[in-house]
Amino acid sequence: MTARPSPFAPGPSEPDSASIHLPEPFAKWFAGHGWAPRPHQLELLAKAEARASVLLIAPTGAGKTLAGFLPALVDLHRRVRPKPGTRPRGVHTLYVSPLKALATDIQRNLKRPVAEIGLSVTLETRTGDTSQVRRQRQKLKPPDILLTTPEQLALLIAAKDADSFFSDLRYVVFDELHSLVTSKRGHLLALGLARLRKLRPELQTIGLSATVSEPAELCRWLVAQSPDASPEADLITVEGGARPEIAILESEERVPWQGHTARYALAEVYQAIKAHKTTLLFVNTRSQAELLFQELWRINEETLPIALHHGSLDVGQRRKVEAAMAKNALRAVVATSTLDLGIDWGDVDLVIHVGAPKGASRLAQRIGRSNHRMDEPSKAILVPANRFEVMECRAALDANYLGAQDTPPLRDGALDVLAQHVLGMAVAAPFRADELYDEVTSAAPYADLSRETFERIVEFVATGGYALKVYERYAKIKLTEDGTWRLTHPRFAQQYRMNAGTIIEAPMLEIRLVRRRTASAIARGGRALGKIEEAFLETLAPGDTFLFAGEVLRFEGIFETSCLVTKAASEEPKVPYYGGSKFPLTTYLAKEVRAMLADPARWHALPDQVRDWLSIQKLKSVIPGPDDLLVETFPNGRLFHMVLYPFEGRLAHQTLGMLLTRRLERARAMPLGFVATDYAISIWGRRDMGAMIAEGSLSLDALFDEDMLGDDLESWMADSWLLKRTFRQCAVISGLIEKRHPGQEKTGRQVTVSTDLVYDVLRAHEPDHILMQATWADAATGLLDVARVSDLLARIKHHIVHQDLPQISPLAVPVMLEIGRESVVGEARDADLREASQEAMIALAMGEPDREA
Amino acid sequence: MNALARRRAQGECEALEISLAGERVACDPSGVLYLPGEDCLVVSDLHLEKGAAFARRGMLLPPYDTAATLALLTLCLERYRPARVVCLGDSFHDRKGAALMPAGERDRLAALMAGREWIWIAGNHDPEPPVGIGGETFGEITIGGLTFRHEPSVGVRRGEVSGHLHPVARLAGRGSRRACFATDGSRMILPSFGVTTGGLNVLDRAFHGLFDASRALACMIGHSGIYPVRFGALAAG
Repeated sequence: MTARPSPFAPGPSEPDSASIHLPEPFAKWFAGHGWAPRPHQLELLAKAEARASVLLIAPTGAGKTLAGFLPALVDLHRRVRPKPGTRPRGVHTLYVSPLKALATDIQRNLKRPVAEIGLSVTLETRTGDTSQVRRQRQKLKPPDILLTTPEQLALLIAAKDADSFFSDLRYVVFDELHSLVTSKRGHLLALGLARLRKLRPELQTIGLSATVSEPAELCRWLVAQSPDASPEADLITVEGGARPEIAILESEERVPWQGHTARYALAEVYQAIKAHKTTLLFVNTRSQAELLFQELWRINEETLPIALHHGSLDVGQRRKVEAAMAKNALRAVVATSTLDLGIDWGDVDLVIHVGAPKGASRLAQRIGRSNHRMDEPSKAILVPANRFEVMECRAALDANYLGAQDTPPLRDGALDVLAQHVLGMAVAAPFRADELYDEVTSAAPYADLSRETFERIVEFVATGGYALKVYERYAKIKLTEDGTWRLTHPRFAQQYRMNAGTIIEAPMLEIRLVRRRTASAIARGGRALGKIEEAFLETLAPGDTFLFAGEVLRFEGIFETSCLVTKAASEEPKVPYYGGSKFPLTTYLAKEVRAMLADPARWHALPDQVRDWLSIQKLKSVIPGPDDLLVETFPNGRLFHMVLYPFEGRLAHQTLGMLLTRRLERARAMPLGFVATDYAISIWGRRDMGAMIAEGSLSLDALFDEDMLGDDLESWMADSWLLKRTFRQCAVISGLIEKRHPGQEKTGRQVTVSTDLVYDVLRAHEPDHILMQATWADAATGLLDVARVSDLLARIKHHIVHQDLPQISPLAVPVMLEIGRESVVGEARDADLREASQEAMIALAMGEPDREA
Repeated sequence: MNALARRRAQGECEALEISLAGERVACDPSGVLYLPGEDCLVVSDLHLEKGAAFARRGMLLPPYDTAATLALLTLCLERYRPARVVCLGDSFHDRKGAALMPAGERDRLAALMAGREWIWIAGNHDPEPPVGIGGETFGEITIGGLTFRHEPSVGVRRGEVSGHLHPVARLAGRGSRRACFATDGSRMILPSFGVTTGGLNVLDRAFHGLFDASRALACMIGHSGIYPVRFGALAAG
């Protein structure tokens, strides 16, 4: 077995004379290994020494991590030893990563160069897994370099000793910055950074990132913003190394119209595994992972060691797979996004991605995994699960070569996160509103925050911020005579520490395997297999079978916080999988797919069967132009369909479908339902919408008018479960209600119920409450993808192409096949209840239940 | 649909009359029980001042739940105009609730109580009589052949009407959870009335042994009426 290169691996010797910045022991260390520092490593060092904050954008394997730590290590090397008897020094360099595992990994990998260079530098991690004893010791004797996560940083700055703990802070290094900044975690982190800058105005930041489309956004994120200027950190960009060898699986089999399993290509996938040493197989969801794993074992005639890894599995089981992987004992691992970020695993020589990659930057990350050496090409095979995915894979592949990757756009800082931070800052020390406002708006996501909104958030933290002021006596913080806001009781500090962070998990239930469904088995519980989303289990009835942890299980029921299952006799799970693909098609990729569709000259890159499919579409209907919206109408059975192809992803399509259905109802088109995929929407109804358009009683321009996003959206959203779920998250993050903790009796369900009711009451009595505003902002950007619907409506104005057809078109087949598989969203009425109550009604009428025993 | 709007609409629907231990009672879709023979209205688990109770413990929930609950109760009282009201316990969410209730809510409650006999049954959240509110407080009381108490007593209790458990039910395989009156024709457990109270599935362990399993019914409150469903047709969760 050959030794793997460390992720810090510098490249082979390169002629470079810029080593003037490198102190002797560092230069010797490079030379001793036959290496030379890379130009970007030296450039970053030079900029850092010139007191600049820097963003380094580089592909995997470019020695990015060493580059990020080099300024800190050089500075620590030059530092004079403290005199005996002086106070212990504070943390010199803080490293923040999105994953606990990544922090641990980096610590391990950093130890070697530190030891070999002969530096006297202490390195420690501080994550949710760090013991209480160790945390206290770290407070007394801070390490020189502390590797941690955003949540831990929030706790550290809210501590009373934050000032002394960070008294010597010089650098903050953010790893995987592109993935940190896009979420609420990123907002909390930005506020944390603003506080660190307040404590140490001279501190410098170093951001490490994969390629992004808007580096300027990240550059601003790294430095303090001010009302009249938006300064940026210096940018260093390293071009990609060897191009990855990526191929789309050219299957001999027929590529299916729809679905997400890629079952058709299994034999070919298996052959690819056999032909390589170690293969990583990626899928988009947990259920797809389960299914692929089971199917692979079904045809695994040579019993190759193939394992399964996803976030819902029991930790012990996951660690076993990881250990086996590190020892190169496995031939393949089927995995989900839990393995997404840059953790280094064994000798992987092939990455297979099953299903659509949904966004080029995800694709680039996953392919980066197969090889951590920049100079050797990575090898990857994409396996599209259906025909649209063939186009999407092709587009992703082109995007990868072009290096044009996208991440979700940065949004304004969330208000619930701000509320949490404000309480945290009161926990740290009494604050003045003026000063805290200036500090908060120096964080890039909050640069545009108005003073008025800030004041409302402070009021919210203090007393709930209600128009009805009855909670003054229960205030958590109070404005005191000296003009500072102070915590009213130390227990709120404890409450803050228990609830800090922005990760709200979907309610999960433990899966326990029992032999039989008996009272004693229920009491004992049985072996834990892992956790599964409550929402999925709610769709099951006892006796249903489903796949989990690579086995077909029979659902027996939910008992308190566990889901009991038995082994199923049959090999075929009855409930095949739920959800399609979790990640919507990104804007950039959607555009690429539309462009490819519109341009028959590009079809030659597609497999024959997909090309034929598009050619027939051209014959029978039309191929829409890149900015057109094609709307097809046709009869189907006794109903009439309208199919549109916006290519904006499932979330945006669901929102659009809901709104269009409402409008069609008003236009008396009598719509009955709709179904949405990543690519298209199909709406069906009792009236011939094609004929209505022809006779002028239905106007497509009016139907797609942008004002749809006004009242229609508002009235639909206000009562939608999406908004309630969002409210629950905001309520927890903002500190309105407490997070659940292990050992608490409450299950997630009970929390859900009460926040739904709280939402209803608040909406009825104070619809403009600040938390309602936060909820709307969240739902509009996240769950409903309103921004994309809005962009779509603007784009297609005057570009709607209508085709009235005698029958279904080739392009419509995939979405038409989804009908019936996806539930149609609509108001639940009492039909089910009425039916279920008939028997008991009769019994009641007959007076049966009152019969004396 | 907003839960408050739904509850107002449900209040317009027809009640389900059934026989409970030989007495005629009406399960009203607004969540109250009415005894026509006694002109008595029974309501359980109002949990008034729940928001304030949470605020006292550092969770600043909206202070609007009491007003919303009383508004719904007002509609019920206007419809039935009962001579007597029994509140089956947990009428206030905590012991301080009654004493610290804001004046507006206090007046509203007083207006509802005026001119009728008002009985508070002590609950686990409010074991003592509400301070300065009026009405009479009992641990349990028997009216017209039925016994009213807060917590269901263990074992077979013919003619007992209780609350405490906040029963909800869900049809097997489909649908959402609905509040329900749980009964086997011999005893009954009322749904919780307060607007921010959660629910416990009638298949939960806490309900075991309280009902004759072969006759147990969940009278589920739907959008347009009340639907009795056998426990056998229900799902957990």
